[in-house]
Amino acid sequence: MERETLVKVEDLSVTYHTRIGPVSAVDHVTFEIQKGEILGLVGESGCGKSTLGKALMRLIEPPAEISSGHIIFNGEDIMQYNEDQMRDFRGRRTSMIFQDPMTSLNPMQRVDDHLVEAIQVHEPRTNREQALERSKTLIERLGIGLNRLGSYPHQLSGGMRQRVMTGLGLVLNAELIIADEATTSLDVIVEAKLADQLREIRDEFGVTLLMITHNIALVAEMADRVAVMYAGHMVEMGDIYTVFEKPLHPYTQGLLGSVPSIELNDRDELFKMPGEPPNLTHPPTGCRFHPRCQYAMPICSRLEPDLIKTSSGSLVHCWRYQDHPEKTEKTLKA
Amino acid sequence: MTESEDKILILENVKKYYPVQKDLIDQVFAGKHEFVRAVDDVSLYIKRGEALGLAGESGSGKTTIGRLSIGLEKLTEGKVTFDGIDLSTLNSEELRKMRKKMQVIFQDPMASLNPRMTLGAAVRQGLKIHYPELADQHYDMVLNMFEKVGLTPPLFYYDKFPHQISGGQRQRVVIARALITRPELVLADEPVAMADVSVRALLLDLMIKLKEEFNLTYLFITHDLATARYICDRIGILYLGKLMEIGDLHAIYDNPLHPYTKALMAAVPVPDPRKRRTEEMPEGEIPNPINPPTGCVFHPRCPIARPDCAEIVPQLEEIEPDHFAACRYIER
Repeated sequence: MERETLVKVEDLSVTYHTRIGPVSAVDHVTFEIQKGEILGLVGESGCGKSTLGKALMRLIEPPAEISSGHIIFNGEDIMQYNEDQMRDFRGRRTSMIFQDPMTSLNPMQRVDDHLVEAIQVHEPRTNREQALERSKTLIERLGIGLNRLGSYPHQLSGGMRQRVMTGLGLVLNAELIIADEATTSLDVIVEAKLADQLREIRDEFGVTLLMITHNIALVAEMADRVAVMYAGHMVEMGDIYTVFEKPLHPYTQGLLGSVPSIELNDRDELFKMPGEPPNLTHPPTGCRFHPRCQYAMPICSRLEPDLIKTSSGSLVHCWRYQDHPEKTEKTLKA
Repeated sequence: MTESEDKILILENVKKYYPVQKDLIDQVFAGKHEFVRAVDDVSLYIKRGEALGLAGESGSGKTTIGRLSIGLEKLTEGKVTFDGIDLSTLNSEELRKMRKKMQVIFQDPMASLNPRMTLGAAVRQGLKIHYPELADQHYDMVLNMFEKVGLTPPLFYYDKFPHQISGGQRQRVVIARALITRPELVLADEPVAMADVSVRALLLDLMIKLKEEFNLTYLFITHDLATARYICDRIGILYLGKLMEIGDLHAIYDNPLHPYTKALMAAVPVPDPRKRRTEEMPEGEIPNPINPPTGCVFHPRCPIARPDCAEIVPQLEEIEPDHFAACRYIER
C-alpha cells in the first residue's frame, strides 16, 4: 500500500559529548515514516533506537546534541522551529509513551486531572467540563472505565497506567505516537491486549505509530514496516514480510535467527552471533558490524557502505549488496 | 533406582503466606490478620538431570517457589524434600552445607556480584566456604571454570571487576560461581531476562551445554514461554500461587489444556509476521492475592467458566501421561 510520507529524517546524527570524547549514538541516519503506518524500530541495548526516538521530538539535552541533519514533519523542517513552536509540536502533533508509566504520570494527580491538563496546556480556553467531555469517548474506547477517572496512578495496574498514557497522547489528536518500549514492563497477556488496542487505535484514528522496542516478536506481530539499528547505524529497513522472510543485512539475519519462538519445530537451534555490540566511544571503522560479521570483506573495515535500495524495496547498509565494492576500493586508492 | 531417588526435589502441598503489614489501629479493628497467598498449596517434583520450568506472570509465585525449594524462605505449610532430606529438619549450619549442592543464578548479574570483589575472588568464595581442604587447588579450579563458561582467556578475567566487563560476561561469572561448588540442583531465576537477544541465545546455549557436562538439574524460572522451550524438559504454569498445569514440555506446548495456559501461550508473539495472533485475550488482570477469587482462581477471567467454578477448587489431574491440569471442564 502506498502511503504519504509523514516524517522524513535526513542525515540525522546525535552526538553525546563525554569526558572520553564524542560518542555518535545516532550516526547519519536517513529514513521515512509513512502516514498511518506502524513502524517498528528494533535493535539491542545501546544501538541508538531510543536516542533516535527522542531526537524526533527534539528532546535531546546536553551533554548530547543533534549534530547534523533534518527532520521534516509534514513538509516542515522542525529543526527550524523555535521553542514555542516545539512546545506546540510536542504533545499536540506528536506524543510519546515511555516504558515506565509510573514515572511518566504525576503521582499526585488523578487520571482526569492529567487529561484536563494535557488539553488545557495546548488549548487554554477549554474549561474542565469541555475537556472531560472530549476525552470521554476516547477513555472508554481505551477500556478505562469512567469510574477510574478519579483514581491516582498508584491505584491503577501497569496495563491501565499505560492506557492512560496512550489516552494522553491521543486526546489532542496527535499525528505521530512514539512508543518507546511501551509494553516492555507489562505481563504478556496485558502486553498483548495493549498491542491489540494500539493497532485498533491506529485503524480508527489514522494515527501513525513508531514502535521502539527490543522485542522482535512483538514487531512481527504488529508492525507494517521494520527498521533495524546497530551501533548507531540504520542497517536495514523494509516491509515487515520482506525483512522477516529474507533479511539481507548479516546483522538482521543473526538477530532474527537468535529470537526464541514458542512454536515447536519452528526452529530448533538459536543462531549464535559471536561477540557483543561495540562500545561507541571507539566504534569499529567502516561498517560498524564488520568485527562480528561472517561475510566481512577487506573493504568492510575501511569504508562505510551506502544505504542501498534493493529490488525488493528494502534499504540495506551493507557492502554485499553494493555494486562492485572492489571497484569502489580501487577508485579510492587511485 | 527407587522412585524417591529418581526425584531430586519434591514439594508437597507447599504454602507460603506473607502477612500484610498494617498499622496498629487497623489491626485492632480488622480483628484478623490478612495474608498475601504467594504460594498456595503447590505440589511438584523434579527428576534428577531434568530441567523443570516454572512460568507465569508477575505475582504468580514462581520466584517464591524457587526460594522455598532451596530453603531461602521458610514454609508456611507443607514439605520440601531435597535429595531425600526434609529441609525443615535441618538447622542453619546443616542447611548451609547443603547449599553446596543447590546453587542460584539470579536475573541481574550486577546485583549478584560484589562490585569491589574481583571476578576471580567472587568465584573462589564458594570454594573457600565449601572446599577449604582443597585450598592449594582453588586458583586452578577457578581458571578452569572460567574456561568452561566461555570467559577466555581465563587469566584476563581473573583480576577484573564486574564493571569492567559486559552484562553477558557478568552472567557467565555468576554461572561460574554457581557451578564451582559442584551443585546438583541449580535454581535459575530469570537468568537471561536482562540480556539482549543475541546474548540471550549464547547464554541459553551455554546453560544447556553445562547441564550436560556437569549432569545438572535445573529449576528454571521465567516469564517467557518462548525461552523456556529451548531449555526445559517439563514445565509448570502458575497463576496466583497455584499450579494450573504441569508436565512434559512438548505435551503442554502442543496441546495446552487449561484455559489460562491457552491464553498465556496465545499471548506470546511469534517472530513471524505471517503467524499473527487471532485469539482474543482474556479480560481483566491478575486479581489481588490477598483476597483471591473463590473456587478456581482463574474463573473471573475464564472464557469457559461455569457457575460452580466459583465454588469448587479444581485439583491437578493427570489427563494424559505426565500432563496434569487443574480444570474441571477440560475437553477430553
